[in-house]
Amino acid sequence: MTDKAARAEGAAAAGQGAGAGAPARVATLTSGLDWQYAPAPQARDIVPIAAEYGLFVAGEFTPATGGRTFATINPATEEPIAQVAQAGAADVDRAVAAARDAYEHVWGPMPGAERAKYLYRIARILQERSREFAVLESIDNGKPIRETRDVDVPLAAAHFFYYAGWADKLDYAGFGPAPRALGVAGQVIPWNFPLLMAAWKLAPALAAGNTCVLKPAETTPLTALLLAQVCQQAGLPPGVVNILTGAGETGAAVVAHPGVNKVAFTGSTEVGIAINRAIAGTGKKLTLELGGKAANVVFDDAPIDQAVEGIVNGIFFNQGHVCCAGSRLLVQESVADHVVDRLRRRLQTLRLGDPLDKNTDIGAINSRPQLEKITRLAAAGEAEGAHRWSPPCELPKRGFWFAPTVFTGVSQSHRIAQEEIFGPVLSVLTFRTPQEAVTKANNTPYGLSAGIWTEKGSRILWMAQRMRAGVVWANTYNLFDPASPFGGYRESGFGREGGRHGLAAYLDV
Amino acid sequence: MGSPRTSMSDQKAGPEPGTARIGVRKTYKLYVGGAFPRSESGRSYPVKAARSGDLLAFAAQASVKDARDAVVAARAAAGKWAGATAYNRGQVLYRVAEMIDGRAGQFADEVIAAEGLSSAVARRTVAAAVDRWVWYAGWPDKVAQVAGGANQVAGPYFNFSVPEPTGVVAVLAPAESSLLGLVSVIAPVIATGNTAVVVASEDRPLPAITLSEVLATSDVPGGVVNVLTGRTAELAPVLAGHFDVNAIDLTGAPADTRTELERLAAGSVKRVFCAQDDWAAAPAPRRMLAFLETKTVWHPVGI
Repeated sequence: MTDKAARAEGAAAAGQGAGAGAPARVATLTSGLDWQYAPAPQARDIVPIAAEYGLFVAGEFTPATGGRTFATINPATEEPIAQVAQAGAADVDRAVAAARDAYEHVWGPMPGAERAKYLYRIARILQERSREFAVLESIDNGKPIRETRDVDVPLAAAHFFYYAGWADKLDYAGFGPAPRALGVAGQVIPWNFPLLMAAWKLAPALAAGNTCVLKPAETTPLTALLLAQVCQQAGLPPGVVNILTGAGETGAAVVAHPGVNKVAFTGSTEVGIAINRAIAGTGKKLTLELGGKAANVVFDDAPIDQAVEGIVNGIFFNQGHVCCAGSRLLVQESVADHVVDRLRRRLQTLRLGDPLDKNTDIGAINSRPQLEKITRLAAAGEAEGAHRWSPPCELPKRGFWFAPTVFTGVSQSHRIAQEEIFGPVLSVLTFRTPQEAVTKANNTPYGLSAGIWTEKGSRILWMAQRMRAGVVWANTYNLFDPASPFGGYRESGFGREGGRHGLAAYLDV
Repeated sequence: MGSPRTSMSDQKAGPEPGTARIGVRKTYKLYVGGAFPRSESGRSYPVKAARSGDLLAFAAQASVKDARDAVVAARAAAGKWAGATAYNRGQVLYRVAEMIDGRAGQFADEVIAAEGLSSAVARRTVAAAVDRWVWYAGWPDKVAQVAGGANQVAGPYFNFSVPEPTGVVAVLAPAESSLLGLVSVIAPVIATGNTAVVVASEDRPLPAITLSEVLATSDVPGGVVNVLTGRTAELAPVLAGHFDVNAIDLTGAPADTRTELERLAAGSVKRVFCAQDDWAAAPAPRRMLAFLETKTVWHPVGI
């Protein structure tokens, strides 16, 4: 949604007319130009999808004890994709036992240099099979193929590649000589970046010498199961990675299992707190990557065109299903109208629809409950007096969809300024002074990420020092890299994923 | 302030030979926001010598309200202390070490009384406490280079990570090691720019009280360290559950309360640290790292 459209807008700037709400003096892409895109569908038969998937335990796919299954559906069409095994307590026992066995007899004693080669293999296979993963992720999750292809899958491969290199260098990671692994890691991941979160969890855990029991989200189990096939293809010893599909109770059983030494969770703050309470007193090491309500701060001297792209990328990337989404736009009062006008014109160029169309910018909302939550919070925004706006946007008849939405006239006490919406909904607030921007930016219980847009270097650093957030993007937004630590302050969780810091979560240090 | 606390038998001056001097009994107070208030509850409790059971002094028995006040004081001091230059924090800490050393005799007497140590062991313990503080005094302007750095991301971006103080840290000081253990849990918290609410050893609070006096007369700004004496079981839950406390060190929590305190701490996503160290052993940076956040900043590189 960035480069091409931005260039198109620039090229059209010499034209005439104005879109709704835009100043008449500036031409817009949407006025008088009927930009038709031919469909550019990504072939979906590149990835075979089975009718049923089992649990991946001790290197084999097996049905759940008792044979329970659940359906995973395509959120863009509401059509069922496959039946997936629903792991129960007995399956968690099996998986933890397999992981323990592998930890004690195979993976734990294995030299780091050998572990590394397995991880390199996985990274390579992910690259080779990247399109399969991208298509499957888009089908199961609803996110646009452009994002799965260009972001999720390459980053997942990069994560394995990065941490592979650490496996035989742990002595030099700054934790003293020969830092020890923790044992069996129980990992519960969300539905917004299913494969990428699996990579974020598995790669550092395995590099550090742990074995894993991973529980993907209920609505997006398929790429994790394809990753299990990759583990088989890489010859990874049985039990090193175990993948249990299921819903919340499966995840709860994994983290509470007495055979688990380390718990890692990415998801909502509410569930993170529940997990933390559940394992209190057990001595299990815990890392939490929870919610956010990031401020994206735009100063009057910001490069406005770039800032608008950053705002769009900040909140509409992945339908806003991003814990670090820039869901609060804080814009300096003197440029607020201008920025909002530019933003609205830009949003009219976003294309919402089939996730497998390569032109699609905004895909489907991942599930009906999530759509209902977004709808409810957006309604609360209107009810509390904020002004709601969406570009003209036809929503497909079937599936879960929500038009990109911008609220202006938002005050700090509004629910849409305080609560994580986890959808394509932007709340616009204004400020006058940098100090006010800092105060407002920090005025949530969260502290995951923040954005700053200004051409003044000293102001960037001044803001970056004061914003209580684990990741600060200055004149950019929503960038991720395996070498870059990611994680929150305050109620956005603790521990870091990525970089040398990400190793600490999986070592007894 | 400044006079040895164990002077009840000091008879060089005062009464005529042959008549016992009446000792000056002390009722100590809390250390909150740089001041020495009584507990708002008015309560105090007797502190007794480890071996003889003799009364040493009375200590204030802090209430839940006192604990909350201490959090307010710690929060108020947090911005300025975190914003001080690391060099400045290091100098302030070094001066604290100097002042502990200057009161070595008093601390030794208190450690003897509190822990029942021999004189020689007590002197070594005090020396170790001074050395421990000196060790941490050197850290403030080095920890960012150890815990942070540049990250080589795959793109045209400058990306760096810096450690920052978590904020307000509640510290349950070790019950047994009343001085060496105490400084070993306080110094790492404040060296990196956090502020602390410390619950002193319940039965052995006198070294903590004297440390408060050291801190009050050194250059540590008021509120950076707040020291509560009283019942750990009463104070710990309110600190563990407090939403304006960012982290808690449970090192001094009674073992049977740990699970409940961790559960309370979970509600506000607190950072929880707990480690039973050998206080005589060489320290490591992990007590500092436990109360640091990593902030990662990205900026495009271009012309």
